[in-house]
Amino acid sequence: MSAPRGSASWFTAAADDELTIFQRSKPGRRAFVAPGLDVPERPLDELLPPALRRAEPPRLPEVSEPEINRHYNRLSKRNFDLDTGFYPLGSCTMKHNPKLHERVAALPGHAKLHPLQDPARAQGALEVMWRLQDALAEIAGLPHVSLQPSAGSHGELAGVLLTRAFHEDRGERRTKVLTPDTSHGTNPATVTMGGYDVVKVGTDQAGNVDLDDLRSKADEDVACLMLTNPSTVGLFETGIEEIARIVHGVGATLYYDGANLNAIMGICRPGDMGFDIVHFNLHKSFTQPHGGGGPGAGPIAVSERIEPFLPRPQVVRRESSENGSEPYFDLDFDRPKSIGRLRGFQGNYGVFVRSYAYIRSLGAAGLKEVSEVAVLNANYLLARLRAEGVLDHLPAAYERLCMHEFVLSGSPMKRDLKIKTLDLAKRLLDHGVHPPTVYFPLIVDEALLIEPTETETKETLDRFAEVVAEILREAREDPEIARNAPYTTPVRRLDEAAAARNPVLRQT
Amino acid sequence: MSRYTSATDADRSEMLRQIGVESIEELFREIPARLRLSSPLGVGEGLSEQEVYEELRTLAARNVSTEDEVSFLGAGMYDHYVPALVDSIILRSEFLTPYTPYQPEISQGGLQAMFEYQTAISELTGLPVSNASVYEGPSAVAAAGYVAKLANGRRRFIASRGVHPHSRETLATLAHGWDMAVEEAPLSGGTTDWPSIGDDVSAVIVQQPNFLGAVEQLEPIAEAAHRAGALVICACDPLPLAVLKPPGECGVDIAVGEGQTLGNRLDFGGPSFGFFAVTEALMRRVPGRIAGETQDADGRRGFVLTLQTREQHIRRERATSNICTAQALNALAGIVYLTWLGRQGIVELVELMIQRTAYARDRLEAIEGVTPLHDQPVVRELAVGIDAPVDRVIARCREEGINPGYALGQDYPEFEDGLLVALTERRTRADIDRLAEVLAAAIAAERSELAGARR
Repeated sequence: MSAPRGSASWFTAAADDELTIFQRSKPGRRAFVAPGLDVPERPLDELLPPALRRAEPPRLPEVSEPEINRHYNRLSKRNFDLDTGFYPLGSCTMKHNPKLHERVAALPGHAKLHPLQDPARAQGALEVMWRLQDALAEIAGLPHVSLQPSAGSHGELAGVLLTRAFHEDRGERRTKVLTPDTSHGTNPATVTMGGYDVVKVGTDQAGNVDLDDLRSKADEDVACLMLTNPSTVGLFETGIEEIARIVHGVGATLYYDGANLNAIMGICRPGDMGFDIVHFNLHKSFTQPHGGGGPGAGPIAVSERIEPFLPRPQVVRRESSENGSEPYFDLDFDRPKSIGRLRGFQGNYGVFVRSYAYIRSLGAAGLKEVSEVAVLNANYLLARLRAEGVLDHLPAAYERLCMHEFVLSGSPMKRDLKIKTLDLAKRLLDHGVHPPTVYFPLIVDEALLIEPTETETKETLDRFAEVVAEILREAREDPEIARNAPYTTPVRRLDEAAAARNPVLRQT
Repeated sequence: MSRYTSATDADRSEMLRQIGVESIEELFREIPARLRLSSPLGVGEGLSEQEVYEELRTLAARNVSTEDEVSFLGAGMYDHYVPALVDSIILRSEFLTPYTPYQPEISQGGLQAMFEYQTAISELTGLPVSNASVYEGPSAVAAAGYVAKLANGRRRFIASRGVHPHSRETLATLAHGWDMAVEEAPLSGGTTDWPSIGDDVSAVIVQQPNFLGAVEQLEPIAEAAHRAGALVICACDPLPLAVLKPPGECGVDIAVGEGQTLGNRLDFGGPSFGFFAVTEALMRRVPGRIAGETQDADGRRGFVLTLQTREQHIRRERATSNICTAQALNALAGIVYLTWLGRQGIVELVELMIQRTAYARDRLEAIEGVTPLHDQPVVRELAVGIDAPVDRVIARCREEGINPGYALGQDYPEFEDGLLVALTERRTRADIDRLAEVLAAAIAAERSELAGARR
């Protein structure tokens, strides 16, 4: 007998064991009707010899359209989503995704434009890209932008390859890239993929980069320091100017991981701090819906000295033509020092349309207000959790004003209340809240990284603080409740170890 | 108060009081004053929703989309019909707005869709293991190269010249970071003329059908590569795989490709998705997310992200890839579309393309001044040489509302006036007849102009 099941509001249609679409298949059913054959039919064997063909059709599902529709609509109800509830997932910036953006991105002039259309016949698209480049350059405080990378990690890879090209152009062959021990996992993974060795830099008592450690590791073999600011512990890196001096002093580049840009738009700029290369996560700060794991886009902004190496092609505005006509937009392939392409075509254009619409909607004052309220909301939530007594069990990792997110440590909670951070997270599910990021950053024991974003109301933050307090009170009386949570979700705690031990990766 | 925030003045004072600071400015006091911006960003003032809509509509109107002309452009992305059902499902908030499913108990919808998608990709490619998506086609080829590098540590790649130029260039961009070289195997008569494969070759890379539309023989190169201990990477157009022998049955180790044709719109090149499928032996080197089946505490079936020890958030500098956010929503469109086509429908769709492409091939090759660039079997795309400056011929066709295809000379100087013509189920016999008529007239006009100039 299973544990008692509640009925959290977003799971009203949660069914028992859902069959996969393959298990719903029945020979003879179909949704698609092919257009009629309107050309003289020729024997297939003549057009495509049997030796090149498969013996039987791929075993795709055979289902009718009503069934497909119901299947995926029912599946959707087994997801929690941002449109329905609070999603304070640290480092992910789960802010409201304006519906206008879906409407403008779907306009046929954008959505049905072929990527190899002649630039003269894609002037609107190239202008969107050029204007977005211009806006991102201004926000970063760096003069040049490439929109090509497909996500943050792809932007990071661009940054590391740009760094390599920059050094090689000067005849230098460096071998190491520095990353703080607080960094996102993508940073060290990117360094390896870019052909460098990772050297970790420590964090000091206050949560900043340990400057002495940095000085001892910054030498002529170092190609780059990759940094997030505000850092992944949600704090502004107060020594950033000194960090830039140290890094530039040994001839290395300074790379900005833009995952946390939401805290500083219109407040301060990575370029002014001394960063050479910045990536943006358009799916974080600039409202591209996350889609359950993408799509995103990871444009990069760079300084003058990095510009010659930017990926190819670049969107440019050609100011004048011989007959005095209007300026026009073009793709520039003539970039001899370019690192080359990072992907096909020109990047995730549909994402650019949405992010451009966002920047136009908000303007300078609106973007600044985004960061102000993001930081206000985070500090307020931290204060509310303190007022609820939550920090007695889940202390802030650092006693400072936070930026747009903050880290708590569940270590005392684990010791005193006998529930782990994971248990708290799972119990939050029963309260209709998406848990914060857990067990990251790695340097904080039993970490919770909480990012409320600017689009949440004070009332939502109040309620979240009360819910956490309630779970802690409950745990004091009976820790087993949290340890066995969740109870009200479509499935209960899942055996991840078994999944990895005996991988079943497709329907058989 | 801006449109997407909701902190009123009263909220702000109460919140600041609770925090214990006087002003919002004070919250930023840790940022050195020298770094604080003293003037607004130069991005203009905010606009109302309707003004933003009008601006984006005006910009859209300056593009010539596949609704505005009859387009035979392909070369990696294709103008297929996207069923209304796909839009309806991917616009659902529950699929559109969640993050990557880190909390599986409240992400079963997305995870099960990934599992279903993996199954469909496995069926199409004939390989047992598919991930949940990578960015897109060309970067998928580069990611496959990285898997080969990790698997055997050898120094060279040999890529067919029939592999999409963007894929070859993307692989070269990344391989530079690994100190690896990408060498090219030439095309001969439309298909790849493979050199002998040495034991320093990490992987050979082939495309099916290749950039000129020709169907490649995969078995011989797979055998040669495996004899030398090299891996075989095949970039595939997924729809033709409904009819072509699956790469997995031909000895391919890694099948990747551009997923746009599976229910995703053109979007001027993205977002779409890349698919990535491998043999059992390479399972633990795959990049990106993979959904796997398991059980919950009550013994019920459920799905989780699995084999995560490959991934950056667990393994950091020892990860098999740095990829994090990929293309989950686009892959969802992919599985909905493949389900909508179904087992019989996908074959009917591809056979229709084969018949129409054969018809187009006959019609075009009958035009004076058009010669075939090869006579290999094709599925949906064909390559011809034009005996006139191709750019001018294309320009003339466009004036008649026909975009005849892609000028090959940009990437293949050896086919200076080559034209790559792509078909989908949206291009009817009437469209093909019109193309033949307009192309013949354009070529004739150019030739007579040239002849006139010579006289």
